[in-house]
Amino acid sequence: MSSATWRPWIASLLAFAVFIGVWHVLTTTPGGSGPGVDPEYARLAGQSAQAQQGAAIPSPAMVGKRAVELLWNAFDRSNPNNVGIAWHLLYSLGRVLLGYIIAVIVAVPLGFALGLAPGLYQALNPFIQVLRPVSPLAWMPLALYTFKDSSVSAIFIIFICAVWPILINTAVGASNVRAEWVNVSRVFGLGTFRHITHIIFPASVPMIMTGMRISVGIAWFVIVAAEMVGAQSGIGYFIWNEWNNLQISSMIVAIVLIGLVGLCLDTILAGIAHRLSFRE
Amino acid sequence: MSFLDVRNVTMRFPIKGGREQFVALDDVSLSVEPGQFVTLIGHSGCGKSTLLNLIAGLTVPSSGEIYCDGKRVKGPGPDRAVVFQSHALLPWKTCLENVMLGVRQVFEKTLSAEALQQKAQNALKMVHLEHAMSKYPAEISGGMKQRVGIARALAIEPRLLLLDEPFGALDALTRAILQDELVRIVEDTRSTVVMVTHDIDEAILLSDRIVMMTNGPAARIGEVAVIELPRPRDRIGLATDSRFSEYRQQLLNFLYRKQRHQES
Repeated sequence: MSSATWRPWIASLLAFAVFIGVWHVLTTTPGGSGPGVDPEYARLAGQSAQAQQGAAIPSPAMVGKRAVELLWNAFDRSNPNNVGIAWHLLYSLGRVLLGYIIAVIVAVPLGFALGLAPGLYQALNPFIQVLRPVSPLAWMPLALYTFKDSSVSAIFIIFICAVWPILINTAVGASNVRAEWVNVSRVFGLGTFRHITHIIFPASVPMIMTGMRISVGIAWFVIVAAEMVGAQSGIGYFIWNEWNNLQISSMIVAIVLIGLVGLCLDTILAGIAHRLSFRE
Repeated sequence: MSFLDVRNVTMRFPIKGGREQFVALDDVSLSVEPGQFVTLIGHSGCGKSTLLNLIAGLTVPSSGEIYCDGKRVKGPGPDRAVVFQSHALLPWKTCLENVMLGVRQVFEKTLSAEALQQKAQNALKMVHLEHAMSKYPAEISGGMKQRVGIARALAIEPRLLLLDEPFGALDALTRAILQDELVRIVEDTRSTVVMVTHDIDEAILLSDRIVMMTNGPAARIGEVAVIELPRPRDRIGLATDSRFSEYRQQLLNFLYRKQRHQES
């Protein structure tokens, strides 16, 4: 392996080591900085302020120990009040997947319709522009009121936030197919169906996939917040629950896991996009 | 009436943000007989590609009419196949699939699936690409892509073949090889061809008639040269042919003395 390939890895590891080192020093030095828990709050939570004082932000070793515990019992569901973290991640992934698939099913055909019928696009554009910037969480109370179920609400929230990038990218992709490809279709006299299936659709695949990749990132972003409100399972619920138990270590482990799962989702989508897109 | 009849065609384009219009072509008339190879030559911006697009039906003239084989041209159609300058192959289809797209559209009502396949393969064989049928455009060279473009156009057996600077993007050697192939194919198939180029030698080598266009705006047909060189033509023989030099002289005179391009 050439030096150019391993040098960035060394630098990454070094940066990580420095980060862990600083974290360790800051959290293990007696009387060190870092916010302590308000004694009042700790008393209310039924714990002694003294016991929590030094552990406000846990040291890397404590987080590591907690990570091993959580991963060891990841699939444990013997105790309904203490379901393993893997199940929470799977609940979240399931909701994201459902909302996301519904978003794709709705947004891709609608996007094509908008892209191919400029009049329709102009008619619907004001609604899209008004709904698109609304924070998905603003929908949450309305969704809970309407669906009376936190899981369905979370799926709805995922749908409503994942639908816009796919919709807009599909519409832009379908309406901006290169003129020379459209001319090929016109010269050979392709009918509407073949024009869409052989020219417009394959030409827009890269744009659609970009939209889908953006959407999956947003969906994974939003599920954590959506599950903090009202849900009884999922990784967002897990974090909120651990916060209520003042299990800071668990929260940090969950944050790292959320990041890793998000990375996996993006990598999978990038792989699919690469497979489906044409090369020039 | 000739096979292709362009009658008093004027083409105006609106200028962005203005009420005036840009006149690209001004009252152009042209007729082409069956089996003729006609070349439109002129400086860039003279409207020669505009005229080709009008004949293809991709754009509609502001005034005037175009007739092809007795029928008024109202839009594009497979009776007038186009070879595009930028090859315009669909990158998500293999070479064979690219050719098949047009073949299926034109012949699927009259031919069996195997016959359609055979027709597309024959077209690729004609341009010596039988080995690249299952390759994607990204996997072949620029010259090969343009050959697929020619095969795709010829496979649908058009009444009129339109070539828009087909070799403009190729290097000189590849260009010469493809020109020789085009000479052979056109002589074999007796196609009627209208080609746009700005290459003088290419025009003389391939054409029966060369239509020289004046500089735009409001381009017109300046002169027409009838090339009476015997066919089959070969470039090595022509290099020492005195008539070839005379035609060359005539074209150079028109393009670089009478229509010297006004570029800063």
